[in-house]
Amino acid sequence: MSSLILRAATRVLAPMMLMLSLFLLWRGHNLPGGGFIGGLVATSAIALQGIAFGPEAARRTLVLPPAVIAGIGLAAALVATLPAGLAALPFFTGLWLKLDLGDGATLPLSTPLLFDIGVFLVVIGGVCAILLALEEDPETDPTEQP
Amino acid sequence: MLIAVLAPFAAAGFAPLLVRLLGDRAGLVLAIVPAATFVWLLSRLPEATPGVLEATPWVPGLDVALDFSLDGLSLIFALLISGIGTLIVLYAGGYLKGHPMLGRFFLFLMMFMGAMQGVVLSDNVITLFVFWELTSLASYLLVGFESDRPAARRAALQALLITGSGGLALLAGLVMLAEAGGSWRISDLTGAGAWIQDDPLYRPILILVVLGCFTKSAQWPFHSWLPGAMQAPTPVSAYLHSATMVKAGVYLLARLDPALGGSPEWLWILTGIGGLTMLMGVVFALLETDLKLVLAWTTVSALGTLVFLLGPTHEPGVKAAMAFLLVHALYKGALFMAAGNVDHEAGTRDLTRLGGLMRTMPVTFAAAAVACVSMAGLPFGLGWVAKELIGAAKIALEDEFGITVIAATLTNLMLFCVAAIVATVPFTGRTSEAAAHAHEAPWPMLAGPVMLAALGLVFGMAPNLIAEPLIAAATTAVIGRKATLEIVLFKAFDWKFLLTLATFVAGAALFLLWRRSAAGWRASLNPVLDRGPDRGYDQVMRGLAALAAWQTRIWQPGLLHRYMAASFAVVTLAGAASLTRGEMRLNLDFDGGRLIEWAVFAVTAASALVAALATTRLLAVTALGMLGLGVAMIFMLFGAPDLAITQFMVETLVVVILALVLIRLPGFRLSAGGARPRWLYAGISAGTGALVTLLLLGVLAEPFDPRLSEWFGRAAVPEAFGHNIVNVILVDFRALDTLGEIIVVFAAALAALAAIGIGARTRA
Repeated sequence: MSSLILRAATRVLAPMMLMLSLFLLWRGHNLPGGGFIGGLVATSAIALQGIAFGPEAARRTLVLPPAVIAGIGLAAALVATLPAGLAALPFFTGLWLKLDLGDGATLPLSTPLLFDIGVFLVVIGGVCAILLALEEDPETDPTEQP
Repeated sequence: MLIAVLAPFAAAGFAPLLVRLLGDRAGLVLAIVPAATFVWLLSRLPEATPGVLEATPWVPGLDVALDFSLDGLSLIFALLISGIGTLIVLYAGGYLKGHPMLGRFFLFLMMFMGAMQGVVLSDNVITLFVFWELTSLASYLLVGFESDRPAARRAALQALLITGSGGLALLAGLVMLAEAGGSWRISDLTGAGAWIQDDPLYRPILILVVLGCFTKSAQWPFHSWLPGAMQAPTPVSAYLHSATMVKAGVYLLARLDPALGGSPEWLWILTGIGGLTMLMGVVFALLETDLKLVLAWTTVSALGTLVFLLGPTHEPGVKAAMAFLLVHALYKGALFMAAGNVDHEAGTRDLTRLGGLMRTMPVTFAAAAVACVSMAGLPFGLGWVAKELIGAAKIALEDEFGITVIAATLTNLMLFCVAAIVATVPFTGRTSEAAAHAHEAPWPMLAGPVMLAALGLVFGMAPNLIAEPLIAAATTAVIGRKATLEIVLFKAFDWKFLLTLATFVAGAALFLLWRRSAAGWRASLNPVLDRGPDRGYDQVMRGLAALAAWQTRIWQPGLLHRYMAASFAVVTLAGAASLTRGEMRLNLDFDGGRLIEWAVFAVTAASALVAALATTRLLAVTALGMLGLGVAMIFMLFGAPDLAITQFMVETLVVVILALVLIRLPGFRLSAGGARPRWLYAGISAGTGALVTLLLLGVLAEPFDPRLSEWFGRAAVPEAFGHNIVNVILVDFRALDTLGEIIVVFAAALAALAAIGIGARTRA
């Protein structure tokens, strides 16, 4: 859609939405958010960019092909299950590593976090793959909506 | 015993390699396996009564064990399988000399051998069934061995379907038998006697087991696959379809005789069907011109005889059955291999085109002639002995079953005639054109028929060599008490002897009549007989295909709205049916709603109505989006921010995706099938909506059970270090579910990509 307003707004909105998605992913364990919601927000950002600037631009933003992103996410989610297995704990037991950053601040890292990142990536990759493939139909030009 | 069963399977694995290394001589090496088994079995002869048992656990949790037992009955079958197997492997090496698929052939053949040994040695119901099915599979592969011929493929499929459906019945019967008997061990089931006959399940069990045995052993009306199976290479016909596999049904009937036999049902079914099959087979044999088909029909007849003899469950019958089993395997194996030699060397096995082969193939002729002596029941052949025993069994029955004696005598008479045909027509008389260039077969192809025919002759003259160790031992195993057998070759010159002589004379007369007018019989009878079970099989198969096509059209029309309508209709009906059971309280207390809640509800309901009534797609999609946002608002109002955000995002993306899809679709056609489906769909939707509403109102009327949410609230921070319960559930407590879900997302994305790609390509 060759709307100047949409393009201008997208230039501002899309990066903010992407940052919001990372924020939602990070805070999700304690406050509303999480990998699933974050992934959907990021996907909306990509979808917006696809509508405003065409699927090529959206693909450039993603860097990797969406199916590959989804694959990496699935792999990350599976890797998150391994430490518990290695420690001979029940499958999917959450393990936490609290890094001391000094000044009383800690950085809690955990297998649930890695798993949530995996969810985040699968959602982005999976939904974007469908969206972009639909936008790229050889017969239709997505910049000319009926 | 485990080794005896598994060795052929191992040999089967090596067979293709051996053929590549040694070519046609691979048969000589492979024959060592059954030969060694044969010798080992002979060495166990003294132990076979009362029997030995070897157990190896296999699937202990399910009581499935590799239990093997060796008693007289197993032994007589196992000896046939390994002994004739040795000769067949040798023979096949010559018969299929230079065949490009020889390795594959030996693979299937050895696999069958192992499976068949498994059937007769298994002492576990499930193990027996597994091996039983393996023999059916091997038979399928071997009948369809020349898979480039449609007739071979049809015959293979027919054999598989008939024996396979019998196998299903057998499985059900065996499981019921084991459940009723409380043990999966066959020896436990049969050792306890005929207790099962007081069980209410006795008749179903009997019918199912008998179905399995009758299909396998080609009893009427399931016999049609056996003549068809003659499409297989001749070694296979000789081995599977005459000497061993088709006898598996007879074996199982004999094996289960102590448990199931002795009842009137057993007597009537086995004697009746067996007698019918016996008579029918030999009549059909007289009408055939193909040498192999003549032999196949006499095999059907012989199988009928065996079943017939097992019917009365008394000692003379079982003895006669065991003797006839041995006799038949020896002469029919020899005759099939001789027929194969004729086919191989003269290029045809059509009786009307053969003649005078005696001069060019003297050894084959001699073997066939000796085998036919046994088949006809002439003195000095083993057949004479069997006939004497069968006569004794019949006399034991006579008072009740006069008609069966007549049937058996008629069969004998015609069998004599068939033996005369097989022994003389191809070999004597004027040398036919086809026979003129024939040569004698090479030695591996002669060893089998000569050896089997000679054994028939030796045992025929000295029957007590096998009477006690084989026949009596097998009888002991079946009837469960010690049986002894002493055979006297020539008894008194009495009326029975005269009857035998009369049978011979009548048979000879029939033979002379056959020479004169067989062609006329065929012309007048074949059109009638063609309407037999074989035609019925074709009709069943056609009906099955038509049924499959019909139900596919009904259930899978390829229209998404039909699928959805059907799914929702079923869910609604099932839900409504379950609601009618028991009482249901509804919570109809709507007080206390805030104005904003009512407003959101109204907007949501209105957008649902718009979506349902929309006449353009874009309007429908937009209205659905509104509906989703309304639901998200409801989540928000009732304190579920995670759910609300997710719903907002999903609705947004769904609208985007649907808009993209809409561009690709042709014009809007919701009611593809006219007005009727539209009203029907409206009814289904209303029903589903009403059901869900009722369910929700019903749920609200029940007291809320807060245990689970309270537990999550308490455990989230100490156990998973998170304050957002929803996220803690997603990534920690129920992470396995989430993993399953993201795998679904991933797979769905791949599938959608593929579908979009296909659509783009087909249009391009």
